[in-house]
Amino acid sequence: MSAETGSGEWETVIGLEIHAQLSTQSKIFSGSAIAYGAPPNAQANLVDLGYPGVLPVLNAEVVRMAVKFGLAVGARIATHSVFARKNYFYPDLPKGYQISQYELPIVAEGSIDVVLDDGTHKRVGVTRAHLEEDAGKSLHEGLPGVSGIDLNRAGTPLVEIVSEPDMRSAKEAVAYMKKVHTLVRYLEICDGNMQEGSFRCDANVSVRRKGAEKFGTRAEIKNLNSFRFVEKAINYEVERQIEIIESGGKVKQETRLYDPDKGETRSMRSKEEANDYRYFPDPDLLPVELDEGFIAGVRASLPELPDQKAARFASEYGLSVYDAGVLTASRELASYYEAVAREVPGEPKLAANWVMGELAAALNKDGLEIGSVAGAGGKLPAARLAGLVKRIADQTISGKIAKEVFEGMWASGSSADAIIEEKGLKQITDSSAIERAIEEVMAKNPGQLADYRGGKDKLFGFFVGQVMKATGGKANPAQLNELLKKKLAG
Amino acid sequence: MGSVNVNNVSLHRKTLAQLIAGLRAKEFSSVELTRLYLDRIEASQTSLNAFISVTREQALVAAEAADRDLAASRGGALTGVPIAHKDIFCTAGVKTTCGSRMLDNFVSPYDATVVAKLKAAGAVMLGKANMDEFAMGSSNETSYFGPVRNPWNTALVPGGSSGGSAAAVAARLAPLATATDTGGSIRQPAALCGVTGVKPTYGRVSRYGMIAFASSLDQAGTITATAEDAAWVLREMAGFDPRDSTSVEKPVPDYVGSLDAPLKGLKIGLLKEFFDKGLDPENERRIREALAVYEKLGAQLREMSLPNLPLSVPAYYVVAPAECSSNLARFDGVRFGHRCKEPRDLMDLYKRSRGEGFGAEVKRRIMTGTYVLSAGYYDAYYLKAQRVRQLITSDFTRAFGDVDVLIGPTTPTPAFEIGAKTEDPITMYLNDIYTIGANLAGLPAMSIPCGFAQNLPVGLQIVGPHFSEAKLLNVAHLFQRETDWHTRVPERFS
Repeated sequence: MSAETGSGEWETVIGLEIHAQLSTQSKIFSGSAIAYGAPPNAQANLVDLGYPGVLPVLNAEVVRMAVKFGLAVGARIATHSVFARKNYFYPDLPKGYQISQYELPIVAEGSIDVVLDDGTHKRVGVTRAHLEEDAGKSLHEGLPGVSGIDLNRAGTPLVEIVSEPDMRSAKEAVAYMKKVHTLVRYLEICDGNMQEGSFRCDANVSVRRKGAEKFGTRAEIKNLNSFRFVEKAINYEVERQIEIIESGGKVKQETRLYDPDKGETRSMRSKEEANDYRYFPDPDLLPVELDEGFIAGVRASLPELPDQKAARFASEYGLSVYDAGVLTASRELASYYEAVAREVPGEPKLAANWVMGELAAALNKDGLEIGSVAGAGGKLPAARLAGLVKRIADQTISGKIAKEVFEGMWASGSSADAIIEEKGLKQITDSSAIERAIEEVMAKNPGQLADYRGGKDKLFGFFVGQVMKATGGKANPAQLNELLKKKLAG
Repeated sequence: MGSVNVNNVSLHRKTLAQLIAGLRAKEFSSVELTRLYLDRIEASQTSLNAFISVTREQALVAAEAADRDLAASRGGALTGVPIAHKDIFCTAGVKTTCGSRMLDNFVSPYDATVVAKLKAAGAVMLGKANMDEFAMGSSNETSYFGPVRNPWNTALVPGGSSGGSAAAVAARLAPLATATDTGGSIRQPAALCGVTGVKPTYGRVSRYGMIAFASSLDQAGTITATAEDAAWVLREMAGFDPRDSTSVEKPVPDYVGSLDAPLKGLKIGLLKEFFDKGLDPENERRIREALAVYEKLGAQLREMSLPNLPLSVPAYYVVAPAECSSNLARFDGVRFGHRCKEPRDLMDLYKRSRGEGFGAEVKRRIMTGTYVLSAGYYDAYYLKAQRVRQLITSDFTRAFGDVDVLIGPTTPTPAFEIGAKTEDPITMYLNDIYTIGANLAGLPAMSIPCGFAQNLPVGLQIVGPHFSEAKLLNVAHLFQRETDWHTRVPERFS
């Protein structure tokens, strides 16, 4: 049995509720700013504090953003949606209710296609997406004996994206979540910053015997704010549930929390302890009425979406589906790649290899985002990487030498040409020079030569290495191969 | 009671229009006028208890500023005119209690839109009028600050929840007062105190800064001596407010300018449901006499029925508590308002702060509201009540296809004794049987004095279609041109 793949006797069923913070200037129902990291309560006005007599006023921008998302996932946009109050007491919830959408959300019935690691496609249903306000935060650190309340986050606009229970493994869940993450950033409706909590999810997890029709009892794991945690928490939870059932127990419907330090989930509250939220339409807010003209306007403003872009990359640049998917994972990466590919016509695959290979590795190593190096003053604008790819394409340098040049470019910010010039890395394409080097190597290694000629073909590689070494790696590899073969044959 | 005579009419007996004219003609100053009313308030506090806060110093400072404006021929329509605000309206720097222990210590950091607009029009605030706690009550007995007494007979209630506002105007402690009406809270006390009360169309006046009881029903309005006075004030109060999404973006007509339009041909509907067996016979006689006045003015009467109207009280007592249970959740002892001493933990903080801060009637409604919104009961109560509400609204809409206004009693009986109905909330609730319909349908309605029964004032209610305030004020004003009930003042305050 393996919970990881959902294979064997058990099947895992997962649905996600993703909370994406909308990147508006001000809050959903008040004029307060929502910049991250302000001193506690510096960004909370009387409306956010829930003072007596204050009233919410809907920020029109959040409606536009939610509609954008809905259109991007092929959903039905409600021309009539309603804000409702979700009532419960908590100190970080100033009004004693959260304004959300309940029976009539703004977005319903969409779907998202994801490509899994093995290249297979999976369609995940989006049940609904609704608008709501975030709560504040309780602070305990450095406040012995009391709790602090920071209401800066209270009233921050969120879109909650609820999936169908369509995912069958943690990996599928992560792939779906990543796709939503990509989408909201393409749409420029959420900055996707998971550390700051701008993008997080709750996972509903259950298991059932393979072939069973009924879903098992689910547990909801709250507030997962990294892809890694989502995967680990789900896998832990699946194992836990299977163990319970196999030892004759029953899974309890409950809310659980994931503890990243211990790598386990633990119970937060059971179904019996769950709040009755007493939802009802918020009488302070009018229903949101949208006309077709507005929806058409938003549709016209949609950017090229990841799937469309990946399809275009595959056909226009002849990339594999996988590569096209990787390169369109973010709008910044995609436009970087396109800039490189356009500078070096006829070499889109080479450009892709460099963007996905050396560049991605360097970014990863230094913990940088593509956006931070791509700009005019950045470490490696697209035009500069294109300069390197050009020199590979026109055989000025070999791919191997290019790696050295890349390192130099990454470290110094110089152009490829300047480094090639400075370090004398220009590829040797002069046949006589290569032949001279081959002859020297043959002369120095009579034993190996004899063995090779005696039938030890494997030694060919040895001679390639030696000649490369002798030419400082600058010999044109194809030429070298051809000449070496001829010479060794005698 | 203090009084100042100008041209042989005591200042406090002048109408608002007369006060405005007198101030502009420098016959008297705003400071004189303000001081007169402040003195009358103070002299009446022990007998009437109409005010929770009297803001003498601020009032005199504002009056001096008003006099400077008047001297320079500056200012707004109400410059220098004193006003009382119901203590449900937030007033910057002044205690705003909503009649509750919960907010006994609450000084609002901001002005309600209504307060700000009237301030901008030049009105001078005298203080904050007493009211039923969180506007929940029909007798002003639920106030944490003690009951208000009826100026016509201090053993009786003034009605509620705007009892302080109504008593203040009836006893001429203020020429005008703001008030709010969720189920009759302007009209019922106006009727019981013999003054003019206007509840505008839902959305006509901003609710921003008015502490919410039931958001879909609450509406700010006026209590004045006359319909003409109300027109002056409403013209300043009404209008769209970008901070209240439920306020309506619609120009405010000149309520004063249309007061004298002739009523010939006016079609008046008489609701069968308003002349039911619960109506006190003497009250009914006063109403019939008033209708005769309208006939003399050329109006036609037509009897009609709104079959769903009898459901208004039960529907209201589902919708209003439901909204109140949620609106009052913010009073949790965390950020403002009453906090219990030495809470053991969070739950203790909530339970004791709310337990100590709220009175019995507020608790009753929070519990009712919580119940009707609960899982498993929502459909049976809240949804059904909303459906009834729609039926009642359609009933009214149909009626206004046939008639211009509906006229009937405001209350079934005149004022009752303090303590008479406190033991039985249902009897108390039935006092609003004629007024609640207008709230459920969001209609404008008003009450004007139309005589006396058992030596107590009787109120005549006029209800019109949405945004027909100008017509209602016109209908009320022409009655007041023919009668003098609106000029009557209880003897000890005359």
